[in-house]
Amino acid sequence: MSKLSPVLSAHWDEADSFTLEGYKRHGGYNAVSKALAMTPDEVIALVKDSGLRGRGGAGFPTGMKWSFIPQGDNKAHYLVVNADESEPGTCKDMPLLMANPHVLIEGMIIASYAIRANYAFIYIRGEVVHVVRRVQQAIADAYAAGLLGKNIGGKGFDLELVLHIGAGAYICGEETALLDSLEGFRGQPRLRPPFPAIAGLYALPTVVNNVESIASVPAIIEHGNEWFQAMGTEKSKGFTLYSLSGHVKNPGQIEAPLGITLRELLELAGGVRSGHTLKFWTPGGSSTPLFTAEHLDVPLDYEGVAAAGSMLGTKALQIFDETTCVVRAVLRWTEFYKHESCGKCTPCREGTWWLVQIIRDLEAGKGTPADLDKLIDITNNIAGRSFCALADGAASPIISSIKYFRAEYEAHLTHGGCPFDPIASTIFATVGQP
Amino acid sequence: MSYSPEQISIMDSIIARYPRKRSAIMPLLHFVQSISGFVTPEGIEKIAELLELSTAEVTAVSTFYTQYKPEPVGEYHVGICTNTLCAVMGGDAIFDAVSEHLGIANDETTKDGKVSLERIECNAACDYAPVVMVNWEFFDNQTIQSVKDLVDGARTGNPPAPTRGPKTLRTWKENSAVLAGLSDGLAGEGPSAGHASLLGLNLSKEGK
Amino acid sequence: MTPENAVMTDVEMVTVVIDGFDVTVPKGTLVIRAAEKLGIQIPRFCDHPLLSPAGACRQCLVDIEINGRAFPKPQASCTIPVENGMIVKTQLTSEVADKAQKGIMELLLINHPLDCPVCDKGGECPLQNQAMSNGRSESRYEGVKRTFEKPVSISSQVLLDRERCVLCARCTRFSEEIAGDPFITLNERGALQQVGIYEKDPFLSYFSGNTVQICPVGALTGASYRFRSRPFDLVSTPSACEHCASGCSMRTDVRRGKTLRRLAGEDAEVNEEWNCDKGRWAFKYISSKERIAGPMVRGEDGELHEASWPQALARAAAGLKGKRAGVLVGGRSTVEDAYAYAKFARVALNTNDIDFRSRLHSDEEAVFLASRGVNFNVSYRDLDKADHVVLVDFEPEDESPIVFLRLYKQVRKRGLKVTTLSPVLSRGSEKLGAAIVEDIASISGLSEKSVIVVGERAAEVIGQFTSVVKLAQSTKAKVAWIPRRAGEVGAVVAGAIGNLLPGGRPVADPAARVDIASVWGVESLPAAHGKATWEILEAAGDGRLDAVVIGGVDPLDISSEALGQLLGASTFVLSLEISHSAITAIADVVLPVAAVSEKSGSFLNWEGRPRFFEKAIADSLTRSDLRILSMLADEMGTPINLPSSQAAAKELQSIGEWDGAKADAPSVSPATLTAPSGDQAILHSWRQLLDLGTLQNGEPNLAGTARAAHVLISANRAKSLGLSNGDLVKVSTARGSITAPAQIGKISDSAIWVPRNSIGSQCIANLGAASGLVVTVVKA
Repeated sequence: MSKLSPVLSAHWDEADSFTLEGYKRHGGYNAVSKALAMTPDEVIALVKDSGLRGRGGAGFPTGMKWSFIPQGDNKAHYLVVNADESEPGTCKDMPLLMANPHVLIEGMIIASYAIRANYAFIYIRGEVVHVVRRVQQAIADAYAAGLLGKNIGGKGFDLELVLHIGAGAYICGEETALLDSLEGFRGQPRLRPPFPAIAGLYALPTVVNNVESIASVPAIIEHGNEWFQAMGTEKSKGFTLYSLSGHVKNPGQIEAPLGITLRELLELAGGVRSGHTLKFWTPGGSSTPLFTAEHLDVPLDYEGVAAAGSMLGTKALQIFDETTCVVRAVLRWTEFYKHESCGKCTPCREGTWWLVQIIRDLEAGKGTPADLDKLIDITNNIAGRSFCALADGAASPIISSIKYFRAEYEAHLTHGGCPFDPIASTIFATVGQP
Repeated sequence: MSYSPEQISIMDSIIARYPRKRSAIMPLLHFVQSISGFVTPEGIEKIAELLELSTAEVTAVSTFYTQYKPEPVGEYHVGICTNTLCAVMGGDAIFDAVSEHLGIANDETTKDGKVSLERIECNAACDYAPVVMVNWEFFDNQTIQSVKDLVDGARTGNPPAPTRGPKTLRTWKENSAVLAGLSDGLAGEGPSAGHASLLGLNLSKEGK
Repeated sequence: MTPENAVMTDVEMVTVVIDGFDVTVPKGTLVIRAAEKLGIQIPRFCDHPLLSPAGACRQCLVDIEINGRAFPKPQASCTIPVENGMIVKTQLTSEVADKAQKGIMELLLINHPLDCPVCDKGGECPLQNQAMSNGRSESRYEGVKRTFEKPVSISSQVLLDRERCVLCARCTRFSEEIAGDPFITLNERGALQQVGIYEKDPFLSYFSGNTVQICPVGALTGASYRFRSRPFDLVSTPSACEHCASGCSMRTDVRRGKTLRRLAGEDAEVNEEWNCDKGRWAFKYISSKERIAGPMVRGEDGELHEASWPQALARAAAGLKGKRAGVLVGGRSTVEDAYAYAKFARVALNTNDIDFRSRLHSDEEAVFLASRGVNFNVSYRDLDKADHVVLVDFEPEDESPIVFLRLYKQVRKRGLKVTTLSPVLSRGSEKLGAAIVEDIASISGLSEKSVIVVGERAAEVIGQFTSVVKLAQSTKAKVAWIPRRAGEVGAVVAGAIGNLLPGGRPVADPAARVDIASVWGVESLPAAHGKATWEILEAAGDGRLDAVVIGGVDPLDISSEALGQLLGASTFVLSLEISHSAITAIADVVLPVAAVSEKSGSFLNWEGRPRFFEKAIADSLTRSDLRILSMLADEMGTPINLPSSQAAAKELQSIGEWDGAKADAPSVSPATLTAPSGDQAILHSWRQLLDLGTLQNGEPNLAGTARAAHVLISANRAKSLGLSNGDLVKVSTARGSITAPAQIGKISDSAIWVPRNSIGSQCIANLGAASGLVVTVVKA
């Protein structure tokens, strides 16, 4: 039997998978009818019991998040879907929305019904026009089919769904920055408490969920918890999209039960590109501490990865082979965090700016081994001191890379620069066709 | 330049999408770019007027997000991903080669106004690295030569089609309108998914 | 107990342990402030007690545990409210907190220039001070610091040096949250984030100077103080603002006899920690070239000549003694000076012909003031707690800016309902979310928790005070009278008006006159109801008065005829003035008086709250009005015995408040205005905060932020005249006209509005009236 479990991606190979017709052909929107026949509390209970956890990084139980929304408070509630997918290495939500936007809409109808929201938003990053087109069209088609708007399915439930398109800011993936951005402000994180469940969008109770989390809901409603819980591990239930990229023979999306290992995934993807060996990888995007070949058998679920000293994050597995200079990789990520720092708090704004300079010098072979300790100390003055987790993310590759590859940093100093040939790590080096 | 009644009515319809009008600031900025190619003073002033904000408040938002351009960009805005993974896989080499080929640096535009160049961050297509975005359309698995051909085509008005996108590459302004939430009717074009997106599905069909 | 807490009687208290000490504070108190109670200073930049918490600078990180559960990371003490069972360890007892703070300070300094020796903030800089107390001794930064073009003028009066900025967002939060003027914002992001304006729209806020004061570094500086002084060369004196009746507490900083700057003082009950730009920057008038150096006497040649004090006093005494004289006090007298005028009029001139109102006024107003007494029983607190505030002929942002800030605070905090009786929705009213009402009869929803604020311009509307009193009586709402000028409330209490003796005693009441006569040691006081300002001027013009004593009065504030009335008659004019003016130009004797910073004394703000101030310029030899009046009374042989402001204050206090019957409330029927038609409109105006007022002389940076003159017209009128925003409009009367750009706004179709005394729009001089008049409005 296959190790894999294509649910969200089951029909992406069909030419019209992104259309309403294509989605309905495989039972699309059946779950809405089923959910609307339940009470909202029953829907919340079901999702809570399923064990579904947030697929956007933090792994917070989705049903529990929904249950935090105060009921009967006579206030408007909002559902906001975080489709700002920008964590380096992460490339699951965009192909999902390109190939099957309706599964998200169906999940949103169910989630909105459960949390008593009559207004829902998809906050999608702005740098993906074709994905925007697909979602836009899907929403229009859903309205035309009576799946959105007034009195959905004749059950008296109303839902307006608005696609809000971002404009280039990684920080808007942070849920409170996303809400500020959606309200028309600079996307800078908010103080918590109050949490969005109490005072979110427009200071009203709001659930913010990742695309994949919400898209997983229709299948849970449709097939039930027993089916869902048969997949995954004890505390990490169900299926998920793993994004495999970099120096692998066949990069791409693999939907599998939680808990699969990189060794298994690499085997499926044809292994590290031929003639090369695994050097380091990210389990969940660049904000999660790096792993090496010694972590090939770590179960890729929330607990397994955490136990090994990193985070499951977005399950963005970026694979780098031995041709890759880890200092260069870390410098580039650090430049990314500097570029994406919102500027609100001192440690992140000034710290990422300084870290780039230090690592740039190290990459150029300037400095002494003592500068590595200085780098660690400054990084520790930034991590855990900032307003939000962005700076913690910036610290992850630095601290973990020095932990595993201190000698390589030092080699830059003795070598008077980077000892690696950057061309050797390019795809052209393999294909031989620059 | 002042906005036409048709343009104003589109702006009003954008505002009407939201429970509170300030939320419309981002799509309105995209809309301004769809008309002028960048965020003009007229655009800032009009948005401030429509949303009852100060011009400073609109400026604060427009300068926060990198897709809003303070100056005109090319008709084809070429974003080369140089975040770690794409950079390592060839993005750095592509950027350097194309920058030299065009004679422009990061955030610059060719004199003919056709092509501009930007180092971009991760664009959620790592399984297609190295990735290049033109007017925010996916050009997957690029090489130095493919991007040189791409920009040459763009300069002569004949750019290639995106890998996962419409049959014909649209201009910066046209795509800005889509980002303002205005449909161009092209959602049906292009594949459902690229080959890499189907990796797991195909493997499972092979019983793996 | 802070005053904030004092009003809350049933506050839940919470006890926490900070660095081993217990402290009990009201629930909701932030950790950083609970620590202050123990005298533990946690370093901070973005934190400000009157601004919403930001948690941005991260300088105030401390270790916290609650009921044995420790936070995994140090927390920003400026954002965390105390809780029972909380144990806080600051930098004093936690190595983690200390290292965290030192780390943040190092990061703040990596891009901060080392220009302290030339920076205005040097010596009084929170960054400098806290870098010493909570920073590392050496920076490990080896790179090149971030630089910006410097400085940027964000307005004519505020300069921004971006490389000094630590991005604490105090200034931007102030502008948005306190002033409602979000004209400066944080722009760009990350390491490029910076404070800025929209390039075409400068920081034109009446309150912009507060951002300079709360900037914790030298990023925002005032153009008029930049590079002028070092803080340690300044001598600071607590003072009170002389500009309006808000009553701001201030601090005046003087170096070698010259005022270099003024800052908002702290008074939680009044101005909190804010003031307006006029209060902050309009002080150069005292050093103007027009300042009168010494006494002057008009000679046979018709010119003023310098004279000695004995000569001038002798001449003045001769002009007044035994003559029929009136006294115009001016609206900016201190309580003590006003009292001296009041006493001088009765004792030396044997008249009640005295009036402090150097503006449009009415008998109805005088009756209203007399009927109100001097225990006003209404305060800022009442505004804080009000369920509804009605503004009657009063524009707080222009006419009493701190009242505006207090109202705005409540509007933001709890949606305070504000109604304005006006045909115009001003920018200030718009910020307050005020509802416009044009007819006082249609105001509803008032209770004993409501406050009706009536401004001095009610005197321009016949029957308005009568209606206000009726409305208050029927609803039990409180009435606050808020005149523009700082001295008017004190002048009422001092009896510097024709129907009142000191302490609110009606002139008409024989017992009241006996009271005062006995204190003053005179046989009797004049009994006749005194003339109002306009009557004094008229009487001077037609020979019913022989002489007039005039304090700080601009005749064009009263009427276009006033100066002519004084000029045309052979009336003897004694002018007590700071600087040369239209009055000194015609006066027979001119006696120079001290400005506020050159004397001590007090004002009463609109609440009746005394605002004492000391002499800020210690070595000034200029005499106050009361000293001069006392010398003059001696010269006249009718001494008033007020050698000092302390003596005057003591005497006035000993007189006390009248406990007899107050005058009846006014009863005046409203006039019916003829509705204008066609090109005609009813004129409305008020004085903008920053305008051509005499006390704003000599400060071009401040003047540069004044709102330009414009004609506010309704959309319908604009349409019928074929006008767009910015097109020139001509407003005319038989007397003259004002031509200014049109601004289409929220104003009744039958009305137009122009500024009363701004460049290009001086209503009384140009149109002969300031309000209520039918004018013709055409496209220019």
